Amino acid sequence: MEILLILIPASLALGGIGLAAFLWALRSGQFSDPDGDAARILLDQPPPGEDAKS
Amino acid sequence: MTAICPACGPADASAFARRGGAEAAPAPAVIRLALPDIHCAACIASAEAALAAEPGVAAARVNLSRKLAEVKAAEWVEPDRLIAALKKAGHAALELDEAALGPERDAAETRELLLSLGVAGFAMMNVMLLSVAVWSGAEAATRELLHWVSALIALPAVAFAARPFFRSAWAGLRAGRLGMDMPISVAILLSSGVSLYEVAEGGRHAWFDAALALTFFLLLGRLLEARARAAARSAARSLAALESPRALRIGADGAAESVRVAELRVGDLVRIPPGMRAPVDGVVETGATDLDRSALTGETVPVPVGPGAEVAAGETNLTGPITLRAVAVGEDTTLRRMAELVSAAEQGRGAFRSLADRAGRAYAPLVHLLALGAFAVWAHVSGDWRFALNVATATLIITCPCALGLAAPAVATAAAGKLFRRGALLKGGDALERLAEADVAVFDKTGTLTTGRPRLLSEPAPEALAMAAGLAAGSAHPYARALVEAAAARGIAPASATGVAERPGAGIEGALGGAAARLGSPAWTGAPEGPGAAIWLRVGDEAPVRFDFADEIRPEAAALVAALKAEGLRPILLSGDAPEAVAAVAGALGIEEFAARLSPADKLARVAALKAAGRKPLMVGDGLNDAAALAGAHVSAAPATGLDAARTAADIVLLRGDLSALGDALRTARSARRRILQNFAIAGAYNLVAVPVALVGLATPFLAALAMSSSSITVSLNALRLR
Repeated sequence: MEILLILIPASLALGGIGLAAFLWALRSGQFSDPDGDAARILLDQPPPGEDAKS
Repeated sequence: MTAICPACGPADASAFARRGGAEAAPAPAVIRLALPDIHCAACIASAEAALAAEPGVAAARVNLSRKLAEVKAAEWVEPDRLIAALKKAGHAALELDEAALGPERDAAETRELLLSLGVAGFAMMNVMLLSVAVWSGAEAATRELLHWVSALIALPAVAFAARPFFRSAWAGLRAGRLGMDMPISVAILLSSGVSLYEVAEGGRHAWFDAALALTFFLLLGRLLEARARAAARSAARSLAALESPRALRIGADGAAESVRVAELRVGDLVRIPPGMRAPVDGVVETGATDLDRSALTGETVPVPVGPGAEVAAGETNLTGPITLRAVAVGEDTTLRRMAELVSAAEQGRGAFRSLADRAGRAYAPLVHLLALGAFAVWAHVSGDWRFALNVATATLIITCPCALGLAAPAVATAAAGKLFRRGALLKGGDALERLAEADVAVFDKTGTLTTGRPRLLSEPAPEALAMAAGLAAGSAHPYARALVEAAAARGIAPASATGVAERPGAGIEGALGGAAARLGSPAWTGAPEGPGAAIWLRVGDEAPVRFDFADEIRPEAAALVAALKAEGLRPILLSGDAPEAVAAVAGALGIEEFAARLSPADKLARVAALKAAGRKPLMVGDGLNDAAALAGAHVSAAPATGLDAARTAADIVLLRGDLSALGDALRTARSARRRILQNFAIAGAYNLVAVPVALVGLATPFLAALAMSSSSITVSLNALRLR
């Protein structure tokens, strides 16, 4: 059962990566306009006025 | 809309600022505009392009979910300019009042719930994984290790993620209420505490996974509710912000400047160009025009006014520019008094107790008594208080309203999404439930059952119509528009008229093939006065020709009235218009009960009388004169073409300005109500099986997890079945 000492931290770390990714997505505003982001994928050009960012 | 902005910066300077980029605008202001019509990628692109092309705009971003645009622009940029630019690109836009704006708070609430949900979900999955090992027979040291790791994950996660419940339970406790959050908080805290004790004592059962699963599922329900509420509030807000926030004030030097309505004072001169709504109550100083009073009174026939005439805030100027001397501003205007009537009606409505609320109130004490009883009985019978505490915990966890917490919000979210696609916006979670209960349908006439636009009724000679349409071509008066439309519909080309001039309050004159012609009121054209809505055309010395108009009934109105009757709703027509017009519309639509010449207060009184008689009226109206009745009714709907105040007061906004969505909404509301009750039954059935097992002390954490997850999933799936 010593394998647990490796497996439990490993599973926690993997889960933690998922949580970190979720937190990052939340912080970077990816949940603030889900409908808009779904539609924006259809646009050819980055929206004007955002040139400085991209 | 003509935007007259003398305050705007000079064009070449602004062009320079644009080329100079961000450094030209050291402290860019954020302007928020509501864009009620945007719905697709092309809309986003064209709206953002239109905004970015305006001088002084540093960045513009459209948020499709919240239907607004955030524009970072230099201080001197006037929102009017941006709105005009958007209008040119084909998007209706409205300035959102920064003071009345609170979407940031809603967004923060949703974010907190989302964050809690993420943490609870992460912890739940990990603990569940460890629990599976325990359930499949881990023993002794291994079990203890797994339990301790679970505790290390679960305790901080619960402390963080369950805060929304703890907060509201604490608030409820202080106010002396026992809400749904009390059993939730007690179950979460007790299960965590008992588990910790058991783990410390090397016991067999730990409930960490149950505590986390509870938190997760309930947060999900809470998030759905919060999102529905935020969407509803932002809709109400953008509608409230519609009230013409700006006015043209004439300064001492005679120049007009664009100011906020809030800045107007009694005695100020205000210019009202045709097409604009009066922002204040006032007396006409100069100019003459026709006023559209339909929003305030429901009258369809425009009223001619000249100097000295009184104008109320909310009336629309149709034909000629006028200047008003303000006699009442802000709180004192007719518009605001109407708003006070509305808020009084809203308070009279009383708090509606939703199904979930009622279920929760009955359920919470029952659950606590059951768990307490189980503890007392087992402690007495077995003398083992540790075992008794475990039984009580199991009872609390199993009865915890996990599925109940999801039952109503899941259905409400499914129904609201569906209705939104069909063109009906629900402004509150309980609007759906109230709509399902409606048994009387009260309609307004002008603008609701009718389009509010007159239609040519008489069938004049083609030449007469061609001449009338030629004169009317350039006018904004509703009769003139109706003439032009009628000519186009009959394939008649308008005659070419020269020297056309509009005489506000009288009509239009010009020359047709050399003969002087007049189109307008009987007195002005030398025709006999008579009843009914009509105007006359006189060319040269010929006898005047009469054109009759009637308010056009919406094409879908008859089908809607029939559909509501079929659903068991008794239709009633309440209007502020003349009796003949009301009777005609009622007759055409098969409505037996109707009343005419009603003031806004009369309408409210009629609706209140219906409620006092135990009926549940659904009020459908679009005008300012309906707003109080809309707010006072059990449930209310307004078409999107209606006035701002009506849309703000109504629970349901019919987005396409088309009434047929209301029939759909009623059917969906009724099936949603059935679905919610079904969900309660499903959740109850699970409890019926699981609670006796828990009470006799046979419940294991495995059984609890199984019951909880399967009932929550069944309930959610049942909600999605909504058609």
